[in-house]
Amino acid sequence: MAAGAGSVKAVRRRRYGVEIASLFVLVVIWQLAADNLVGNAFILPSFTEVMASFYTLQGDMLHDIQISLMHFGIGMAAGIGVGVPFGVAMGWFRTIDRIFDPIIEIVRPIPPIAWIPFAIIWIGLTHTSAGFIVFIGAVFPILINTHAGFKNVSKVLIETAMVLGCTKNYDLIRKVALPSAVPDIATGIRIAMGVAWMCVVAAEMFGMTSGLGYNIWHWKDLHRMDHVMAYMILLGFISLSIDRAFRCLVERRLSGWRKGIVAGS
Amino acid sequence: MLTVSNISRVFESETGEVEALRNINLAVRDKEFLCFIGPSGCGKTTLLRIIAGLDQPTSGEVLLDSKKITSPDSERGMVFQEYSLFPWRRIIDNVSFGMELKGVPKHERYETARKFLKMVGLDAFERSYPYELSGGMRQRAAIARALANDPKVLLMDEPFGSVDAQTRNILQGELLRIWNETRKTVLFITHSIDEAMYLADRVVVLSARPGQIREIIEIGLDRPRVRTSVEVNVIRERLLGLLMEERTRGCGETVCWTGLELGSD
Ligand SMILES: Nc1ncnc2c1ncn2[C@@H]1O[C@H](COP(=O)(O)OP(=O)(O)OP(=O)(O)O)[C@@H](O)[C@H]1O
Ligand SMILES: [Mg+2]
Repeated sequence: MAAGAGSVKAVRRRRYGVEIASLFVLVVIWQLAADNLVGNAFILPSFTEVMASFYTLQGDMLHDIQISLMHFGIGMAAGIGVGVPFGVAMGWFRTIDRIFDPIIEIVRPIPPIAWIPFAIIWIGLTHTSAGFIVFIGAVFPILINTHAGFKNVSKVLIETAMVLGCTKNYDLIRKVALPSAVPDIATGIRIAMGVAWMCVVAAEMFGMTSGLGYNIWHWKDLHRMDHVMAYMILLGFISLSIDRAFRCLVERRLSGWRKGIVAGS
Repeated sequence: MLTVSNISRVFESETGEVEALRNINLAVRDKEFLCFIGPSGCGKTTLLRIIAGLDQPTSGEVLLDSKKITSPDSERGMVFQEYSLFPWRRIIDNVSFGMELKGVPKHERYETARKFLKMVGLDAFERSYPYELSGGMRQRAAIARALANDPKVLLMDEPFGSVDAQTRNILQGELLRIWNETRKTVLFITHSIDEAMYLADRVVVLSARPGQIREIIEIGLDRPRVRTSVEVNVIRERLLGLLMEERTRGCGETVCWTGLELGSD
């Protein structure tokens, strides 16, 4: 067992070598192309210029990260807080499903960004308003996946619980349906986080005065495309870290009974 | 005492009506080991589900100690033909499930669970997850779970249907030993005459659909029975004859497949 785990790790480490090399080559090509082929920092800033931007902007960036994570956090928390309970209720009770399903089917296809005007009119140019856009993006994937997870709960397991004395809806949901739907809920949250991050950028581009998305627009107006690129890379890295951290967390919790539950690797 | 009186069950679906059971009358003695045998699709599972409270009869009623059965509860435990362990729970938490619902404190329910795990020979696997167990081990764990809930009646729907012949013989022996120790009323569905011969006090032979009681055969031989002894063979011949008749009767109109294991295994 221990030996097996060890060898898996060794294989991983060896594989990382190729990946690092690949990134390194990309950076070299980028630098050469920017310096020799394009030669215009407005069209393609070079790698070293972007690194310099990171250095000059580090103080601002730290602040912007906080602001953007706050927008992300507000939206995700609300998305989970609304999406999971609604998904549970709709997945379990047929009538509730029938009441809300048509509404959701109509509202869901509206792109979250299309809500920005109303968000601003209803809530104003506030952090909550940005959070609202993120919420709109996050809530549907969470709701739909929770719902699907509940619909897929094995009938045998429900009946098994019932003959063991678990007959109340509340107990059946808590002890059987919810644990069995956890992998689906986790997948929903993970998809939602991807959408939510896009919404953070979009919401901040309109009407915010700080945040990572705002700065992309701001520096573009000032024709500092090296700074724009730095913020883009930062956005990518934060999104990646959040996703990795979440997967790590979920997989640790679930790996006991199911392996590779969160799609992709 | 368990009394089944005048049970009929008709399923209605878009394709028409299916009469699964017709006028089933049965008095099960306390602490009896009763086996059901009959052609595939004759309503055995349906009958057991009605006794469990998981299905409602079209007419008739089931009484346990003169109380009418209307919904599932922990008085009647059931072991399903399919694997039915909760995959997110360790074996010991699967076995303690019923006690957990009743609010039995953790150390107490673990103590009871360990006793039953020992009884089915799984004490070394209490920390394992279901996917780490073989098919036969899972069924043993499911039996332990049903027993740990201390039901008056244990309903078993072909619990050994999907394990190989050797394991099956061993499990039958273990089941008899456990039945001796716990003295529950056991209702046991099987497709195997051999299994019924080895286990039962009485064997209920059901007719082809609609399922009716064809005959109830009192075995009346001391245990442990020798599978190849003359007395066993005499009764086996009788059962075989009855089932052959039912098989040909049930196949008047369509292709014949009863799923019966007519040979000994
Ligand atoms: N929920 C249901 N809806 C409609 N028909 C059903 C339903 N459950 C069972 N039936 C029908 O009732 C009949 C009896 O089914 P049942 O599962 O009780 O048979 P069985 O004796 O257990 O068969 P097997 O030995 O193959 O397990 C079958 O014809 C089946 O198609
Ligand atoms: Mg069946």
